[in-house]
Amino acid sequence: MTAALEINKLSLSFGGLKAVSEFSMALPAGGLYGLIGPNGAGKTTVFNLLTGVYKPDVGSVHLAGARIDGSKPSAIARAGMARTFQNIRLFGELCVIDNVRTAAGVRTKSGLFRTLLRTPLHVAEERAITERSLELLDVLGITHRKDEQAKSLPYGDQRRLEIARALATEPKVLLLDEPVAGMNTQEKREMRGLIQKLREQFGVSILLIEHDMGLVMDICEQITVIDHGVTIAVGSPKEIQGNPAVIEAYLGVPEENDPIARPGEPPTTDAPEAV
Amino acid sequence: MDKAIGPAVGATWSKILLDVGIAILLAGSLNIVNGYAGQFSIGHAGFMLVGAYAAAWLTFYGSVHFFGTKDMVGGFLGKGELLFLGGCVLGGLIASVFGVIVGLPSLRLRGDYLAIVTLGFGEIVRVLGQITARQPKRVSEIAERSMSELANNLGGAEGFSQIPGYTTLFFVYVFAFVLLVFAFRLKYSSKGRALLAIRENEIAAEAMGVDTTRSKVVAFVLSAFFAGIGGALYAHQVGAIDPKELGFMKSIDLVIIVVIGGMGSITGVVIGASILVILPEVFRQFADYRMIAYALALIVVMILRPQGIMGVNELWETSWWRRKVAPRLPWRQK
Repeated sequence: MTAALEINKLSLSFGGLKAVSEFSMALPAGGLYGLIGPNGAGKTTVFNLLTGVYKPDVGSVHLAGARIDGSKPSAIARAGMARTFQNIRLFGELCVIDNVRTAAGVRTKSGLFRTLLRTPLHVAEERAITERSLELLDVLGITHRKDEQAKSLPYGDQRRLEIARALATEPKVLLLDEPVAGMNTQEKREMRGLIQKLREQFGVSILLIEHDMGLVMDICEQITVIDHGVTIAVGSPKEIQGNPAVIEAYLGVPEENDPIARPGEPPTTDAPEAV
Repeated sequence: MDKAIGPAVGATWSKILLDVGIAILLAGSLNIVNGYAGQFSIGHAGFMLVGAYAAAWLTFYGSVHFFGTKDMVGGFLGKGELLFLGGCVLGGLIASVFGVIVGLPSLRLRGDYLAIVTLGFGEIVRVLGQITARQPKRVSEIAERSMSELANNLGGAEGFSQIPGYTTLFFVYVFAFVLLVFAFRLKYSSKGRALLAIRENEIAAEAMGVDTTRSKVVAFVLSAFFAGIGGALYAHQVGAIDPKELGFMKSIDLVIIVVIGGMGSITGVVIGASILVILPEVFRQFADYRMIAYALALIVVMILRPQGIMGVNELWETSWWRRKVAPRLPWRQK
């Protein structure tokens, strides 16, 4: 069986900086995988590579068997890859339903002339788009806000709207970039239920970037950890939790192995003294 | 239509209504690029000039070749007016070819940089217009050369004059109506929402599958088409094309209408065009202080409503309309 998303040795450098090196992953259809790492590890850069914002130096990406790396972001999105953004990027001035309708409308057959002449095909397509968008708002639980401006929504609902908009493109693979960032415990619990529901209801494969370890360890089947663009561990949540390389990346080197903080010797950096 | 409205409002107001209609057509077409797609274009008069030249070439030289006279011929929708309509469509089509040419840089440039490119385009068209060859004005002189030979004889810096005055309220408002219908249909469709999405957040629009490249070029083409028609109507209203009149300042006038009305709002464009055409006429009594009063009025509007009179909304989407007007509409009673 071909994986929904097959990433093979993807690499990208910005000048001399290796942002991502040899990133590989095979996300099965219906799978829910996690991608974690410290700040600046290159997680969002991986998403940008997958969605075509950056072109990889080497490596390949296959979406449901078709090679997509090097295509334009819009072509990749229409091929079945949707994403949300870490720093929310909604169409702020548009109302909530129009945000979703925009994404639902990119695969319509009617072009400019059918739109201007308002042919029956166009009218039927627009009606289908609106119905679908309303369904998605219902699934995400923000139907009551459908006529509000997107930028006026509370933070949690903006994240939900981003997911609704991504789903409207009918994706095979959904990339979620920190979906619970800045949420409180209650909202996080709701979002966790929602992500699992989406997977079952839409049969979509999900790749998740998240700093909330509780969520990642809870719902992901497999986790990839990257640091400085390098994959340092791949495995089940249990394996990752016990992996010394991961602990080191997150918490730093234990004191006795750390040349800087070795007791009895003066610190080699000019850091201020601890109080 | 003109026979009924003309005497009823007087010659001055007929002229003002003509100006308003043409302004609606031009600013409404600019609104598709500036308002919907958020691509700041300040070379719209360039499209207008292209359309004006193309249409004037067809009606002025065409009249001599097809009808044997420089004067207007035929009655309502007679052969003269059909030639004029052909000229309008030709002007629109040629302008939309230029729309592709200007649209292509917009794929790589945004904001100020695109504005400079469109400004350059407008100026190039104006200068090219000024270096065209002399316009032959005698019937015998025109008749001995073919239409294609005359394509460069657009009057140069002197301008193209003696254009038959076919533009009437009827034609202006038919074209303005078509533009408004198209603008509404576009705004409330997937294609139009894609343009608005580009304006709001281009990266997100692209990530959601909107082909931003294609959408922007389509916006420029559609916009240029109607600007070309607007230019054709303008030329046949004034009776002459002076390339200096259709330069940078004309483009800025159109941008002001869109910004005052509200970027992306169609009713805003209608309101903006009406105000900005009528206001200088009303202020005529202030004589020398006219343009100062006009400029002050603009500043006041921008201070009170920085997003334009309508914002991105249409008239019936405003809270004022929902609260005060909608409940009193006859079809809403009981």
